[in-house]
Amino acid sequence: MSDEGSHGTRPRMLRARVLSGLIPFAGLVLLWMLLWGQFTWLAFITGILLAALVSTVFYLPAVRLSGRFNVGRGVVLVGVLLFDIVFASLQVAWSALRPRYTPSNAIIVVPLVTRSDLIMTFTAVITGLVPGSIVLDIDRDEGTLHLHTLNVASAADVPALKRGVLAAERRLILAVGSADDLARLQKSTYAKEAGVQSTGEGGTG
Amino acid sequence: MTDDVVRDVFTAGLVLLSAFLCFAAGVGLIRFPDVLSRLHAATKPQILGLIAIVVDVAVANPSAATITLALAIVFFQSLTAPIAAHMLGRAAFRTDHFRRDILVVDEVSSRPGPSRPHSAKN
Repeated sequence: MSDEGSHGTRPRMLRARVLSGLIPFAGLVLLWMLLWGQFTWLAFITGILLAALVSTVFYLPAVRLSGRFNVGRGVVLVGVLLFDIVFASLQVAWSALRPRYTPSNAIIVVPLVTRSDLIMTFTAVITGLVPGSIVLDIDRDEGTLHLHTLNVASAADVPALKRGVLAAERRLILAVGSADDLARLQKSTYAKEAGVQSTGEGGTG
Repeated sequence: MTDDVVRDVFTAGLVLLSAFLCFAAGVGLIRFPDVLSRLHAATKPQILGLIAIVVDVAVANPSAATITLALAIVFFQSLTAPIAAHMLGRAAFRTDHFRRDILVVDEVSSRPGPSRPHSAKN
């Protein structure tokens, strides 16, 4: 994508390509060993055979990984995610059990920053785990998530919900996003405040 | 000996927490008014309940095999539960099986766009 000289980008792209193939394969082998609960040569070799079989029989188009992983940001991502899971679970449990429950929900559209399928997918998965939201639909062309959110008191709460989703996406991009997504993120953080407010008027009807 | 007591109390606490969360999820399934709200109950407390019970097993029975299996269970459950909820939610939304009267905001249906066949009904 970036055409600034082919010096640094070539080996980088090749590396990303090899990683994109190897990581899912290694994941399959690891899963097989985890399922057996043993890290032996037997499990390893049968794992490799099975992974080869599975990836030829159930062929999927290659996932484009960015080839970049920031460990610190990754720790932040997982930490915040765990906290969110605990918080979300207690919150939904409380809504279910509290004496006078009055339903008041919302369906919102969140325009994402990324154009990467993988980041979009993981943002959707994370959004399904964090407080208040499940994903109804993903518009891949427009890069938007349609969310159903629980316990929204009024339309005034909607911008905060959107900011929450965008923050999750941001953490994800900072941890594993490609250079392209990082650049998009840079650009969007300036325009975001204005962007979120301008969509507020559509929801009152 | 005190180690055992501490561990027993800890695991007992985790079992209770897990039971409470699964109970809350069950109550939510009944009390929440429509499919989309019920999906929240079906995914979230349930995930934490599962994490609690899996951590519990790993603490009570600490070996490399148990812990790795526990990690695999938690990882794949948290990966698949939102996707299952998403599939159900999308089906419910597209076939209009949800209550519009409890929505404060609905940005999807109020959006102009040709690709929403169900909105012709209202």
